[in-house]
Amino acid sequence: MAAVRRHRSAGPLFVAPFLVLFLLLFLAPLGYAAYLSLFQERLIGGTVFVGLDNYVQALGDSQLLHGVGRVALFFVIQVPVMLLLALLFALALDSGLLRLARVIRLGIFVPYAVPSVVAALMWGYLYGPDFGPFAQLSRKLDLPVPHFLSDGWMLGSLANIVTWEFVGYNMIILYAALRTIPHELYEAAAMDGAGAWRIAWSVKLPALRPALMLTLLFSVIGSFQLFNEPNLLMKIAPAVISSSYTANLYAYSLAFTGNQVNYAATVSFLLGLLIVIVSYGVLLTANRRRTP
Amino acid sequence: MPRNTSSMSRRLFLTTTGALSLGAALTACGGGDSGGSSGSAKPVGQADIDKAMKTPTQLTFWTWVPNIAKEIALFEKKYPAIKVKVVNAGQGTPQYTKLRTALKAGTGAPDMVQLEYQAIPTFTITDSLLDLRPYGADALKSRFVDWTWGQISGTKGEVWAIPQDTGPMGMLYRKDIFDQHGIQVPKTWDEFAAAARKLHKADPGVYLTNLAANQPAAWHGLLWQAGAKPYVTSGRSDIAISVDDAVSKKLGDYWGGLAKEGVISTDPDFTDAWYTGFNKGKYATWLTAAWGPVFLSGSAKATAGKWRAAPLPQWDPAKPSSGNWGGSTTAVLRSTKNPIAAAVFAQFLNSDPASAKMFATEQFFFPATKALLTDAEFTGDAPAFYGGQKVNQLFAEIGDTVNSTFQWPPFLDQAATDWTETVGKSLADRSDTTAALGSWQSRLTTYAKAQGFTVKGG
Repeated sequence: MAAVRRHRSAGPLFVAPFLVLFLLLFLAPLGYAAYLSLFQERLIGGTVFVGLDNYVQALGDSQLLHGVGRVALFFVIQVPVMLLLALLFALALDSGLLRLARVIRLGIFVPYAVPSVVAALMWGYLYGPDFGPFAQLSRKLDLPVPHFLSDGWMLGSLANIVTWEFVGYNMIILYAALRTIPHELYEAAAMDGAGAWRIAWSVKLPALRPALMLTLLFSVIGSFQLFNEPNLLMKIAPAVISSSYTANLYAYSLAFTGNQVNYAATVSFLLGLLIVIVSYGVLLTANRRRTP
Repeated sequence: MPRNTSSMSRRLFLTTTGALSLGAALTACGGGDSGGSSGSAKPVGQADIDKAMKTPTQLTFWTWVPNIAKEIALFEKKYPAIKVKVVNAGQGTPQYTKLRTALKAGTGAPDMVQLEYQAIPTFTITDSLLDLRPYGADALKSRFVDWTWGQISGTKGEVWAIPQDTGPMGMLYRKDIFDQHGIQVPKTWDEFAAAARKLHKADPGVYLTNLAANQPAAWHGLLWQAGAKPYVTSGRSDIAISVDDAVSKKLGDYWGGLAKEGVISTDPDFTDAWYTGFNKGKYATWLTAAWGPVFLSGSAKATAGKWRAAPLPQWDPAKPSSGNWGGSTTAVLRSTKNPIAAAVFAQFLNSDPASAKMFATEQFFFPATKALLTDAEFTGDAPAFYGGQKVNQLFAEIGDTVNSTFQWPPFLDQAATDWTETVGKSLADRSDTTAALGSWQSRLTTYAKAQGFTVKGG
């Protein structure tokens, strides 16, 4: 009996550190944000309880809806490209056929280690319509100058920066997963007459599914919370990137420019909810496919 | 250190209550608490000031001014008991964001803070600044340029901050480019527009000027010059917003027209491309402030000796005027536990002749005190970057033409962001700037109403 009781008390004890941190760093801020989102603080007249008014306003807020639409588009286009590239690099590295594999692996990963401020400065220069290398080259060749920072190109330019930054990161996750696949499987496949492509398709890819799901989930969150890159490019393209360009940027400027902390909390809360829904949807479709 | 201070203030409290009756002490406390906006500007006695300045105290000062330790050393030499800790919390908006967060959190705010003129109402609306009148700030009025005192004064005569430096606007121009194309220095905005067309036609790679589409401060400076009164606050909750009145529309038509024609550029400023633009001769003028000359000579070294300075072109040459862009002040936060020491610091830093002069010679700030603006050593400076022209003297003269009644809104960041997203965007996109003024007006009005203001006009 005593042993059982000890076992019973050991469980909560082991979970306690996690629970405390989870409460303090996750649930408490979440609860506080939810609380804030029910009020409205005005410069004149102080704070009043407004119930769900902020939510009603947010659901009809065209700036927020545009921001969400923009990141959704970004997600649909950028994430497949990035994950496909990461997968190709990981498979190529794992195949053992590449020379200088270590150098290449590091090379692809380095952008992730570059601080995004530096990255934005660098890309800002590369994209520059006056003195950027692409602009200068096209002028030398008498071609039209590409306007990477214009309204039509901006989302693509941002997607390019994000892809450059995160291909290496995703590649490392996939590559690590590939290394854990037992070699016996490859040998067995080879015995069955499978070539390198067939092994990649029929053995490696299915084994990679959990890792791919992980990278996909990270990408859902990363896309919908897109903030850093547009915030930095805003300085060189202020007319294209507005303070509500992405939903996260909008929440930030509401809180820190507009002094509307309560409404910012509402927007953040809705954005969080949306991310949960999209993540869940992604998981659900993937799982359904696995068990037909 | 903190323990010292608190025991000291307890002793101070005991002596005070000993001298006064308890009831009187309570009323005094009540009066103090109700704050700066009411007429509670009872002067603090010299004895209290002397006592506070001899009490070991640590003050925290948020500022982005480089090498300000030199000026602070002068203060600490005069008041050895007071130590000032400098924190660089970012320049302008990033610092204001942190300050607002600290004030909201109720902890972590400094005693003194660097504030630009335009940011003062944004912090007085939240009752965050200390009225410096009880600490003798009124007596400093005559030392400062008139319009700067207008900028730091509240509607009831409060003194919210002490001016440190200023930025009356003028025009820096490339004499070589002007000479090459036979362009006279424009005296009026009409001449300026004609020159813009002529220059860009003669050399499509050069623009007469760059009106940055991300620079609401410059736009406000030009509004100021044109005599606009975009924001007029009366009382605490009443504001008249008129950013698309006749004067603003005149400005919108003018600059929107030039941008649409493509004879001026609208590149965002203080970016790499913008610096390169100056060095490679893309812009023939810079409509800037009195801090611009020193800034440019450090940023466009390749063009040294080719620049000259002139006043801004005028709307009415018979009545020359200018606006202000930039410059800043030292304010004391109401949350400070050491109001006397902090207020004395703010005043000393900017009005002590040695300290004020040091800002001009070390940081190359454009002064806010009358004494320095007439100081022969200052006005006689003739930098080679401007071909030996006495640039300081010119800007000192321009400073006299700055209107002293221009007001800022109590929600500056919002006004600035909205400008960039409406008017600035229209300049960059070469779309209808006058229509953009209308949406700026309506966005600001909507915001102000949602914040509980009574909005008049517009």
